[in-house]
Amino acid sequence: MKKLLLPALLTTALAACSSDPATNASVGDNVDGNNNKVESVNVQPNAGGRSTSPELSGLSQGSVYFDYDSFVIRAEGRPVINSNARYLNQNRGTKVLIQGNTDERGSHEYNLALGQKRANAVRQALKLLGVRDEQVEAVSLGKEKPRCFEVSESCYAQNRRGDFNYQ
Amino acid sequence: MIKTSPLLSANTFCGFFRVLCAVLLGCLALNAHAEDSVTIDVIGTGADRIPIIIPVFENESSLPHPVSDIVRADLERSGAFQLVDIGPLSLPESRTPDLAAMKARGAHMALAASVRPSSDGGRYEIRFRLFNVQKPEREADIGGMMLFMPPAQHRLIAHRIADFIYEKILHIPGCFATRIAYVAKIGARYELQIADSDGVNAQPALRSAEPIISPAWSPDGQRLAYVSFEARKPIVYVHALATGQRQVLANFKGSNSAPAWAPDGSRLAVVLTKDGLSQLYTINANGSGVRRLTTSSGIDTEPAWSPDGQWIYFTSDRSGGPQIYRIAANGGNAERVTFEGAYNVTPRPSPDGKKLTFITRNEGRFQLAILDLASRQRMILNPEAARDESPSFAPNSNMILYATENGGKGVLETVSVDGGVKQRLSIQAADVREPAWGPLLK
Repeated sequence: MKKLLLPALLTTALAACSSDPATNASVGDNVDGNNNKVESVNVQPNAGGRSTSPELSGLSQGSVYFDYDSFVIRAEGRPVINSNARYLNQNRGTKVLIQGNTDERGSHEYNLALGQKRANAVRQALKLLGVRDEQVEAVSLGKEKPRCFEVSESCYAQNRRGDFNYQ
Repeated sequence: MIKTSPLLSANTFCGFFRVLCAVLLGCLALNAHAEDSVTIDVIGTGADRIPIIIPVFENESSLPHPVSDIVRADLERSGAFQLVDIGPLSLPESRTPDLAAMKARGAHMALAASVRPSSDGGRYEIRFRLFNVQKPEREADIGGMMLFMPPAQHRLIAHRIADFIYEKILHIPGCFATRIAYVAKIGARYELQIADSDGVNAQPALRSAEPIISPAWSPDGQRLAYVSFEARKPIVYVHALATGQRQVLANFKGSNSAPAWAPDGSRLAVVLTKDGLSQLYTINANGSGVRRLTTSSGIDTEPAWSPDGQWIYFTSDRSGGPQIYRIAANGGNAERVTFEGAYNVTPRPSPDGKKLTFITRNEGRFQLAILDLASRQRMILNPEAARDESPSFAPNSNMILYATENGGKGVLETVSVDGGVKQRLSIQAADVREPAWGPLLK
């Protein structure tokens, strides 16, 4: 509709302009809001996955925690790694997504890269215990999925973690 | 609401004094009346800001929505103009205003503007002329325009008028009639929203239950690349705004993130972890031809192309903490760009290629900084800030849009590149982050 009107409007505008005694006049284009059209899309998240395998639930929370600016698996994280490795070695067809996470300080993308370092550390630890590469995918959620939302060191510590997400 | 900022600290190279001109205050109060959620910080003498009169348009009250207050807010926010208030007086476009009287009020420039109903019905005709009131009468008219305005397009028309004024006076394009993208968190949901450059007219492009980060405009302004976590891992999508059509750009094993369009739109830089840690790759806009660009033993991320397409700036921890580097877009050796401070991230070169904005950590606070690439001088733009992130240059390189925090919620602000004028955008959503300023559309 707007497009059809354009030539007529331009003619009107030019006519108006030529009768204008002032110098330097220019005629603007017609404003067409369609240039700014935005079509909304809703996405449904993929089926969630379980954070812990049924056999592992109860044994651990399925998370490994890290110190600030560190990618080293602490001693208290070893039992979680060991039990997950045992489960994966007994179930060679099972795949796990390791999701690395960070606290909220710093840029989104730099934190995504830091979370990847943590996920890679967990993947490496599983590999050393015999888990096959094709069973594990290491990814990062950066600072986007905090478990704790307060601005405090104890809260940050809960967010610096690697999670096991079984598919 | 008007808030004044404390003095910029001594490390700013401009050495601003904080003075608020009474006339300017009057104008701000007028604006505040129209958009009362807007906060404007004015820092500095205003000595290099051009005093301009933007009166109420003749017959403006016949419009369903006022226009002149949007023009005023745009010019004010740019940091290049100082508004001179003449109260409810309008200056009809059909005759030359009393230049001496305007000059006596301290103005250098004045707009004369009128509204008439258009003959086609439903629309309005807006005519305006710009006068340099310091010139003799025969040279004072520096140009005018006539625009047809459907009532629903009053904001776009206002932004175009502001663009015209900006370009006529400063001889660089205005970019008020552009769009911005950002992510809003609404309850547990995430929305990628598109709004006008002043944060008004927000429209959701994508709604998701999972996070969305790093929106990046294609150079033609029609598509956004971004990272979505809807599949439990970061995947890069390219999304056509007008149709809502989405395509996976990069979904390799591991994480896929940080899309950045090459200036010609043919390919993007992305960060992939398919070969180990986060490294830079280039990929064609259709997802083909992935090619590794960096090979470091640490993190390489947050790529951004120089406007000539020759360089890619990025963040790397190859020397320990994160610092900014650049590498030729076709590969080669990386060279370090930042040396001051232990934590420098998110490099974004200005579209004119002269400056680089980034985030620096300063005693535990994350602050917006700007580096002059020729002189190597660095300035912290918000010395008071603690949580600045995600800077994005205006397409004319004269303002920066960024995210920061207020009362635990994310907000978006703009600042002029000299640090002189800062404004919080009045976005409807209460918690917003990850802004990206869209390109100028030809």
